[in-house]
Amino acid sequence: MHPAFSVVFFTTATGAGYGLLALLGVLGGLGFISPDFWLGLVGMGLALGLIAAGLLSSTTHLGRPERAWRAFSQWRSSWLSREGVSSVATFIPAGLFGIGWVFFGRTSGWVAIAGALAAIGAVTTVCTTGMIYASLKPIAQWHSRYTLPGYLIFSAMTGSVLLNALLQAFVIGATAITAAALLLTLLGWGWKLATWRYNDALEIATTANTATGLAGGTVRSVEWPHTEENYLLKEMGFRIARKHAAKLRLITQLLAFALPALLLAVLFALPWPFTAILSVVAAIAQFAGMLVERWLFFAEAKHTVTLYYGR
Amino acid sequence: MTCLPAHTDKKLGLVIDLDTCVGCQACVTACKEWNTGGHMAPLTDIDPYGGDVDGVWFNRVHSYEHTTEAGGRTVNFPRSCLHCETPACVTVCPTGASYKRASDGIVLIDESKCIGCKLCSWACPYGAREFDTDVGVMKKCTLCVDRIYNDNLAEEDRVPACVAACPTSARHFGDLGDPASAVSQLVASRGGVDLMPEMGYKPTNKYLPPRAHTERAASVPAPRLEPVKAEGGFLGWVDRMLSN
Repeated sequence: MHPAFSVVFFTTATGAGYGLLALLGVLGGLGFISPDFWLGLVGMGLALGLIAAGLLSSTTHLGRPERAWRAFSQWRSSWLSREGVSSVATFIPAGLFGIGWVFFGRTSGWVAIAGALAAIGAVTTVCTTGMIYASLKPIAQWHSRYTLPGYLIFSAMTGSVLLNALLQAFVIGATAITAAALLLTLLGWGWKLATWRYNDALEIATTANTATGLAGGTVRSVEWPHTEENYLLKEMGFRIARKHAAKLRLITQLLAFALPALLLAVLFALPWPFTAILSVVAAIAQFAGMLVERWLFFAEAKHTVTLYYGR
Repeated sequence: MTCLPAHTDKKLGLVIDLDTCVGCQACVTACKEWNTGGHMAPLTDIDPYGGDVDGVWFNRVHSYEHTTEAGGRTVNFPRSCLHCETPACVTVCPTGASYKRASDGIVLIDESKCIGCKLCSWACPYGAREFDTDVGVMKKCTLCVDRIYNDNLAEEDRVPACVAACPTSARHFGDLGDPASAVSQLVASRGGVDLMPEMGYKPTNKYLPPRAHTERAASVPAPRLEPVKAEGGFLGWVDRMLSN
């Protein structure tokens, strides 16, 4: 599948943004993170900024972005529509929580409820994003039990690493948050390795035989219907990154998992401001690594239409 | 609404005979010619005379070499929308632009509602949908909905353009939901198959596999030439000399 940068950035940014929003909503709303104007402003600004930037980025993928409002209508059947509805609906409790927690410094009552609802909205939206991909049968690497949990784990992972960087920067770093970020990073690493292992061993039932209805023997494409690449091959037959898959997987592992895990681990032995600097570096490295991961998620996915072209 | 109809009154579709298709591309050009002025017009071509040709087509004919123990053969394979009974391309559509008609089962796009998110093309395992980069919307086969009900055409022309154009009658159009229809009978008698049945999309269009290999051609050679009658003169003398 063609990795359109708008979609790669969209899923990575909203994943991190919703992860951070959910954590702030729950931990801030319940008072585990004491209200602080600048911390709150930067934290909520970062979370909602990542979400808004991601959503805006996704509309550049559209052929007719001016009609994007129509995408809120088919939530009964379409995961993409559900994602649209859920993402916009989440802004309401998120906004209320932000006002109460950041500007009024409240941590209970309606602020806690708004925070919890924002967290529920965030998790729901990430689920709908994951289901868009997990529901697509023609792409075996996506239509797997690894896809939805992957989106949730990576959202929690990038969100917690961002939260850790935020708290460390404001000199209120909590050991529990750092430990959670470290554990989620290791969990994400394990999940990605398991996903790759599963995908590499995939035996896909759909073959050139079932695609053409020609039973038995071999079916070899001898002539395409067209001389140049068409939409189908440009969109679904993307092959460039497959050549570099091994290197890109290594880069993903180093940037998204290994380096952040190492930096988070050494935080326990370091004083401020080193903890703050390393935490921010860990968050930036992980975000860059997740962009590579998401690029590979698309580039390594093989659509059944490529079978018609002998690919 | 992108929810699928629970029942369609008819299941209009095509039956494509892989035994008789000669890969002449007549259906491809007839489709392009009709539809670039039809329901989903235009079927945009980008740089049509340049080195980087691209464009929207509803029907594409591939050629395959099918090799089995019985031998090998070339199979020409027209590929277009199968108007599935459970098309995920419709249910994934976030705007309601894609829909399946309850009356005849045809899968269509309302261009005015399409936002060009391309998700339907990802959801189609058969590559039936092509994005028009110029107009910014998705396009697909309409089963020539603007021909088959068109009172302005003679009755025999109220079939999809690809069917009308096929010189070997490899394409048939009809109601596959009616077991008594000619197309249903043809599918039953020739063992018509679904493409990618394991996907569970339940395609309406059926493909008739090539007939089995036979030895008929090799066992019925042309008759030998009969010996000529003996003649007199010079040729008769040559004949007698060579016959000894």
